[in-house]
Amino acid sequence: MISFEEVSKTYPGGQQALVKVDFHIEAGEMAFLTGHSGAGKSTLLKLISIMERPSVGRVLINGHDLNQISRRQIAYIRRDIGMIFQSHKLLMEKTVFDNIALPLVIEGYTHKEISKRVYAALDMVSLSDKAKLYPMMLSGGEQQRVGIARAVVNKPPILLADEPTGNLDPKLSMEIINLFEEFNRAGVAVLIATHDLGLIARMRYRTLTLKKGRMITDGLGGSSGDFQ
Amino acid sequence: MSILFSQVKKGADERKKIGVFQRIIMFFVSHIRQAVGSLGELWRQPMASLMTVAVLGLSITLPGTLYIMVKNIEKMTAGWDQAAEISLFLSPQTSSSSAQQLVARLSTWSEIDSVVYIPADDALEEFKQLSGLGDALAYLPDNPLPNVILVAPATKHTTPRAARALLERLQSQREVDSGKLDIEWLERLYALVNIARDLVFLIGGLLFVSVVLIIGNTIRLNILSQREEILVMKLVGATDAFIHRPFLYTGFWYGFLGGMLAWIAIIAILWWMGASIQNFAALYEKEFYITGLTGSALFTLLGVSVLLGVIGSAMSVHRHVRSIEPS
Repeated sequence: MISFEEVSKTYPGGQQALVKVDFHIEAGEMAFLTGHSGAGKSTLLKLISIMERPSVGRVLINGHDLNQISRRQIAYIRRDIGMIFQSHKLLMEKTVFDNIALPLVIEGYTHKEISKRVYAALDMVSLSDKAKLYPMMLSGGEQQRVGIARAVVNKPPILLADEPTGNLDPKLSMEIINLFEEFNRAGVAVLIATHDLGLIARMRYRTLTLKKGRMITDGLGGSSGDFQ
Repeated sequence: MSILFSQVKKGADERKKIGVFQRIIMFFVSHIRQAVGSLGELWRQPMASLMTVAVLGLSITLPGTLYIMVKNIEKMTAGWDQAAEISLFLSPQTSSSSAQQLVARLSTWSEIDSVVYIPADDALEEFKQLSGLGDALAYLPDNPLPNVILVAPATKHTTPRAARALLERLQSQREVDSGKLDIEWLERLYALVNIARDLVFLIGGLLFVSVVLIIGNTIRLNILSQREEILVMKLVGATDAFIHRPFLYTGFWYGFLGGMLAWIAIIAILWWMGASIQNFAALYEKEFYITGLTGSALFTLLGVSVLLGVIGSAMSVHRHVRSIEPS
């Protein structure tokens, strides 16, 4: 589903974010991506969603080389990738419903279909009664769940999460991860970037570890996830 | 539409495809939604919107009013063009019979519509009645007026140029002392109107450019204030066109409302000036009504205004939305 082939990324100014990264994530697989701050986790995710382009190497999704994707096509690529951010990136002056509906409005769904899908997504993240509220009225965990609902509302085959539990206590973090497991069981490929080692240790999923831009381990969490 | 997963089975449970027909319908629904949304956005900031609309409207009012004035002057003078008449003053020694012969000769010319012969005695008699000098003229030793022939050119030869050519031919006749074309002042007027028209286009052009820049700058501020929203929209897969549309519609509404304002302003100006123009026309014992905006002129005015609004916002949108990229 997602392949990195000898991918390096050097930012203007010479900072090396990724060095010869090579891995493959299968369709329907769930994996964690871990490492210190600045190890290149965010850069790796940005290469998948084409917020950055690799300096060397190829990133492929479903066999399509992302280097071949033109600027105008990027929007259509992102419709197949649900993205979740530590900072939620919700629109504060829009209701929860409107926030979640945004991807569907962009894709041109009818009002009826939008309403159906938004409430289904809200139901999945247990926020059905908060549709008319504004993000500011919700707690941090609830805001994160709104972000997740927006990411999955158009049922993308790929879900990327960048520190989705960053601001949450362990109990809430676990709830969020359980949500991802649920989507993964429905066949969605999930890649979660986090530095929460405790969380990874409990899960025993495949874990990719980055250190100074290099991928140092690729295996089951807990057994080889120690990058200290 | 998916580029990555067009043929292959979806990773997630099968997603409902959007049909072509629905896609077309939703394209228009989305347009209407964004157009109404943009209008609502203007309504939420009434003062700022009103200022922009006023700048646009008044900038169009000035060239619009001037254009109508020029049009009216052209309309007023159009009739005078046809009245071009050539007066031929015959030399004093011309006898009445040779004058009659000249009249007969001229009548056969194809360039000439009609010829009227006014003998010197008749002219003196007419002058006596019109001038009010009456009997005083009787003290003159002899008639100082020449015999006159009034020549009306045929329709094809009433333009200033053709009439001038005809005058030259007439002046070369043996009996003719001198000739006078009564359109010289008209030519000067035409030249003035031409200058006025050029000025209208010049002023209009400059104001239109400034309107485009003002709209462009207003839209730029709108884009910057919605930076966060644009970032999020790009992240969830909005195309540039989708992001551009609300701003283009904002430009459209600025143009449309500005055009309406200009229309109202022009009507008010014409109404206000109407009375003084009637007065002026009355001095020349002429009935003259100023024509305002006709249907097609109003349509053009609105069209130009909308076009300026859309051009201004399009310029701004293409430059600034591109520079907002998630990173």
